[in-house]
Amino acid sequence: MITTRLTIAAVAAVVLLSACERPPMKAEQNGYRGTGMVQITNPRIAAAQKAALPAVPELPPPGPNDGPKAKDTYQNVQVLGDLSVAEFTRHMVAITQWVAPTQGCAYCHAGANFADDSLYTKVVARRMIQMTRHLNTDWNKHVGQTGVTCYTCHRGQPVPTYMTFDPVTPKNNRVGVGLGDDAGQNKAVPSIASASLPYDPFSHYLSGDEPIRVGGPAALPTPEHRTSIKQAEFTYALMMHMSKSLGVNCTFCHNTHSFQAWDGPVQRVTAWYGIRMARDLNNAYMDPLQKTFPPHRLGPTGDVANVNCSTCHQGVNKPLGGLQMAKDWPGLWPGGPATSAQNADTLDQLQRTVTRLSQAEPGAAAR
Amino acid sequence: MDEYLNLFTRVQAVGPANHGIDLPAGNSPRTGEPLLVHLFGRLGNAQIGPVYLGGLGVASLILGILSINIMGFNMLASVDWDPIQFVRQLPWLALEPPPPGYGLSLPPMNQGGWWMLSGALLTASILLWWVRTYRRARQLGMGTHIAWAFAAAIWLFLVLGFIRPVLMGSWGEAVPFGIFPHLDWTAAFSLRYGNLFYNPFHALSIAFLYGSALLFAMHGATILAVSRYGGDREIDQIVDRGTASERAALFWRWTMGFNATMESIHRWAWWFAVLTPLTGGIGILLTGTVVDNWYLWAVKHGFAAIYPAAVPPVIDPATLVQGVKP
Repeated sequence: MITTRLTIAAVAAVVLLSACERPPMKAEQNGYRGTGMVQITNPRIAAAQKAALPAVPELPPPGPNDGPKAKDTYQNVQVLGDLSVAEFTRHMVAITQWVAPTQGCAYCHAGANFADDSLYTKVVARRMIQMTRHLNTDWNKHVGQTGVTCYTCHRGQPVPTYMTFDPVTPKNNRVGVGLGDDAGQNKAVPSIASASLPYDPFSHYLSGDEPIRVGGPAALPTPEHRTSIKQAEFTYALMMHMSKSLGVNCTFCHNTHSFQAWDGPVQRVTAWYGIRMARDLNNAYMDPLQKTFPPHRLGPTGDVANVNCSTCHQGVNKPLGGLQMAKDWPGLWPGGPATSAQNADTLDQLQRTVTRLSQAEPGAAAR
Repeated sequence: MDEYLNLFTRVQAVGPANHGIDLPAGNSPRTGEPLLVHLFGRLGNAQIGPVYLGGLGVASLILGILSINIMGFNMLASVDWDPIQFVRQLPWLALEPPPPGYGLSLPPMNQGGWWMLSGALLTASILLWWVRTYRRARQLGMGTHIAWAFAAAIWLFLVLGFIRPVLMGSWGEAVPFGIFPHLDWTAAFSLRYGNLFYNPFHALSIAFLYGSALLFAMHGATILAVSRYGGDREIDQIVDRGTASERAALFWRWTMGFNATMESIHRWAWWFAVLTPLTGGIGILLTGTVVDNWYLWAVKHGFAAIYPAAVPPVIDPATLVQGVKP
């Protein structure tokens, strides 16, 4: 009798705890002691994530960029033309490995005439190269000294795994339908960490530039600051997306006492630029390709896939574990990290300080 | 011989079922023939029924069931009438209040109108149930303590769904009907108003909530510990103490120097429980109506602890000069 009861209790305990992660967790302090400013990570999941990172394709190292230029040798070279023929070829091989390793050159180039623009993939690829160059040159406040390559998002797939399409408005979301309007929320959507929050914060913030900040500017209400709780839920959904995409808690960027106060971790500055960066890429590079993409590459409402935080980050706060591969690809980062360094200098210094602080004995740094 | 156990009541006196006292004129007859269920007797009283429904009970149940059906059918429609998805996604589904743009005007049915109807029916149902608890207590010659404790909870419910939205001028400020959605609403509420933990009434409410749990544990444990001396006859012992009361009192005087009495412990418990939603409701009512940012309010009044900087200072990028390359 006692054995049966104990067995039932043990089975019940296992069932109840089955969704939990087993201790110990790794806690890393990133603020003043006793304020809950810690990053909790599960070292086993982190190790599995690291092990699951795809092996970056082995490619030849950069060579000297002299000799005849690609634009003078080949026809219809609109980007990467300033590279030497050898470097240009190395870039083409790399892009194939990163984006279309199984499909090969023919994924973008139609037949033997490599100058032919008849495949949409080639037109898109050219625009994506321009986007990557823009990103590495002008958005160092987000991509820092690491930069990005095609591989950061593509990971050997012609279409990056994590992209956002505009959701189809449910047919019950209309006045006069009767009932069942979901108010644009309350679906367990993975991109917002399955929260009961608005499932499309992306079109508002990563494509549109609606105000994200919902907190009041003063202690007491002012007629100028009218923000509803529904707006707060949209912001909250975006934040859940960022948290999920980077695999971090709120306190990676925010203070525990005031989420709106700018006296917390420097990572929030990087994230601020990240939001603007994604918005810029979606408006300037992705959306204008609407006519270029064939219908099967468009979303259910006919829109182009938009980038979000997951597109590059894929669950880790530094995409590909912070691997600095962009520096080897002058075509994707004209001038390389050195010339862009002054932009990111201050930020990088701050980040190093924070890393040093957070590695110190718990409490010592913050005392 | 029956033995005394802490976890379950092993002792079950079985006898003719008790129909209760005769009720005054004007009361409807009670429903159902009472029956004894042994398993129920392990947790509480083994006797089930009779139930007194009466006009108020019937009206309250009808309105409540109607309200919950409006919520349920809206949720079912939101998953396109798929019963499997309804069960699967139930914790996520909700009947949402109107979009803020409608203010306090009447929205179309599918844009929050159902929420208003459902909320109105639920409110009517709860208020009728309250009248029922009050009237049943009176008819049994009891005090009305239970009704007033229930009223404290109704106060919080009305502040969240009616009083505060009216003061804010928008039904959109109210809470959705849904399991996860109302929890996410709560977190969004705190985020919007600058961290509810700096709201002193929220703090009071938490203190009373935790205090209620502590008092409940202390009192329950004390009475169980002295029930071998007849300590469960608490109410008799208010006026006639006896050894159980004396031992219980002595225990607390020895361990913490002070003790409640057989009467006052119940007042402590009642007030702590009642003050939890009462103070919580005040905290919600002040949020947005007279305070827009609780953190800044707490800083202004020296209520927020200011911590030394532990990380290098950062500058809000939005305040940097416009036109600088991002």
